Amino acid sequence: MNKLMHKAGVFAVYLLLIFNAVVVLGPIAWTVMASFKPGVNLFSSSFTDFSFTLDHYRALFTDTPYLQWYANTFVLAFSNMAISIIVVTMTAFIFSRYRFKGKRNVMMGILVIQMFPAFLSITAIYVLLSKLNLIDTFAGLLFVYVTGSLPFMTWLVKGYFDAIPTSLDEAAKIDGAGHLTIFFEIILPLAKPILVFVGLTSFTAPWMDFILPTLILRSEEKMTLAVGIFQWIASNSAENYTLFSAGALLVAIPITLLFVATQKHITVGLVSGAVKE
Amino acid sequence: MAITMDQPKVANRLPLSVFLMGGTQLLNRHYIKGCFYLLVQILLVLFAADLLSALKGFITLGDTAQHRVGFKIIHGDHSIHMLVEGVLAIFLTVAFLFAYLLNIKDAVTITPSTISLKQQLRAFYDEHFALIMLTPAGIAALAFIILPILITVLVSLTNYAAPAHIPPKNLVDWVGFRNFLSLFELKIWSSTLLGVGSWTVIWAVCSTIFTFGFGFVLALALSNRDIAGKKVWRVIFMLPYAIPAFVSLLIFRLLLNGIGPINSIINSFGIESIPFLSDPVLAKVTVIVIGVWTGAPYFMLLIAGALTNIPKELYEASEVDGASRFQQFREITLPMILHQVAPSLVMTFAFNFNNFGAVYLLTEGGPINPEYRFAGHTDILITWIYKLTLDFQQYNVAAVVSIIIFLFLSLIAIWQFRRMNSFKTDVSMR
Repeated sequence: MNKLMHKAGVFAVYLLLIFNAVVVLGPIAWTVMASFKPGVNLFSSSFTDFSFTLDHYRALFTDTPYLQWYANTFVLAFSNMAISIIVVTMTAFIFSRYRFKGKRNVMMGILVIQMFPAFLSITAIYVLLSKLNLIDTFAGLLFVYVTGSLPFMTWLVKGYFDAIPTSLDEAAKIDGAGHLTIFFEIILPLAKPILVFVGLTSFTAPWMDFILPTLILRSEEKMTLAVGIFQWIASNSAENYTLFSAGALLVAIPITLLFVATQKHITVGLVSGAVKE
Repeated sequence: MAITMDQPKVANRLPLSVFLMGGTQLLNRHYIKGCFYLLVQILLVLFAADLLSALKGFITLGDTAQHRVGFKIIHGDHSIHMLVEGVLAIFLTVAFLFAYLLNIKDAVTITPSTISLKQQLRAFYDEHFALIMLTPAGIAALAFIILPILITVLVSLTNYAAPAHIPPKNLVDWVGFRNFLSLFELKIWSSTLLGVGSWTVIWAVCSTIFTFGFGFVLALALSNRDIAGKKVWRVIFMLPYAIPAFVSLLIFRLLLNGIGPINSIINSFGIESIPFLSDPVLAKVTVIVIGVWTGAPYFMLLIAGALTNIPKELYEASEVDGASRFQQFREITLPMILHQVAPSLVMTFAFNFNNFGAVYLLTEGGPINPEYRFAGHTDILITWIYKLTLDFQQYNVAAVVSIIIFLFLSLIAIWQFRRMNSFKTDVSMR
């Protein structure tokens, strides 16, 4: 009896897993198929029609500025990652290892501020950027990205650094190590998982963000993928829908592979951000 | 020796720094401090006129509007730029006063330096390492977070809105709290605020609870000892987290379209199309369900990590006591997970509260609600702000709504901080 119950339980779990796999993979499979389907009408074709063409991918590269958008997004993503890692780890190191006046209040301020997306004060940011002549430049967008993610990331990384025993840096200090030596040679090597997490999050942010580039980047040749692809959908034209399915896949594949490859580090990052404070 | 004999006299008199910032410091050979203060004063002298005119502009917000003389357009004052310059000027004035007072305070207690410039640089670096390294992040945060929030608050006190007050064509004026009053008292505004606001809260609560619940179930299923191929399942289930959210949201927008593939499958069974995105109630349900699709893997990964933090002995001990699996779940797993994950539940709530993409990419706030001002049925506060700003140029009202969000989320953040601190003392008391 007990054994039967147990088997029924396992069966139920498998049912759940299969159901969820279908729900997850279904939309993805449809998009993959749609991107290879001849013709421009995405909707008339059903799930069971298996004809094949590469036309949409060809159109993507020859008829649209897709490659340009891809390059733009990559440049933004890479710079955002590089700058974020430098600024965030250094700031977190200071908050984790040094005492200074008003530190508690600053920490509290960081916690409050990290909840606000930059978009909430976008009018002001826009005017500031235009005063600095940074509208329609990648630099302007990068400033907003890096500062926008700074509070949350600092909080996260500080939590991770706090868990690294201070006895390590004290020992190094006795041996005559300076501030930067401790940072680069003791803290950073022990913080690889969280560095990967910060790098990944800041690298992927520009691929997903839609609002800020819409506002800050004005000229067509500076658009990012998210903005360009959204325009295809918002235009409500069937021809663009097929372009979308091909374009979306080419964005999703590398990002997804990145996530799958680094999944161990992601769990570390998520857990250290959530569980410690 | 001679130097130290001179010094007390200087310090007792009115220090030179009162007139020339950094003067006393330089006399006492504190080169770094001295040069810094001196530089501050030089900058002030150079830009004093600009500073004053910016402060004046902040009060008036300009008095000549753009106008024509014959066919020529004469540029008037740009009120919003004047507002921003004014805020900057206030910032700088306060910073200057602060530096000035510090400079005097330092000058009164100063003792002559006996070490060389090189040694001074070395000592400065050692003592102020934290300050030096925090400066870039601090300036960035000040310029792109604090300053914009301040400006937003100020914009909410103006009449900066289409059609009559859009610079550079027209001037903008201070109007006090009029925007707040009209947002709460004018029927059309207040009902929109109430409707959109309550839906925002419902959306944020529902999507957080359901993503948590569903992620929990998935994590538990994957931790089941009798399940084969865990790694494969896990990778499949994390796909929605890995695929850029804007891609999956737009895919769903196509799939759920009135004439889209899902409806054509439904039609093939002889059932009429379901208006997933165009019926007011269904559209809200759809937004939440898709939100769970994209959000559940986050909690799955998080909880899977947290599950490994629960000591195995707890389960072993409870088995000895004859606890059932369900009892183990209720008494051990659930409280231990909730305890670990609580902070990120709050964070997820705040994130969803402002989850622009989850709504805008799917429905663009639609279907249209004729009883709302500039908003649709599924609009949350932040997408409403987007429309107010970009489509309708109602910057002042958008600023008021932003402030409401700021206040609401700040309260939650502070509550969260308090809770964490009390938790900390909890632990240390054990």
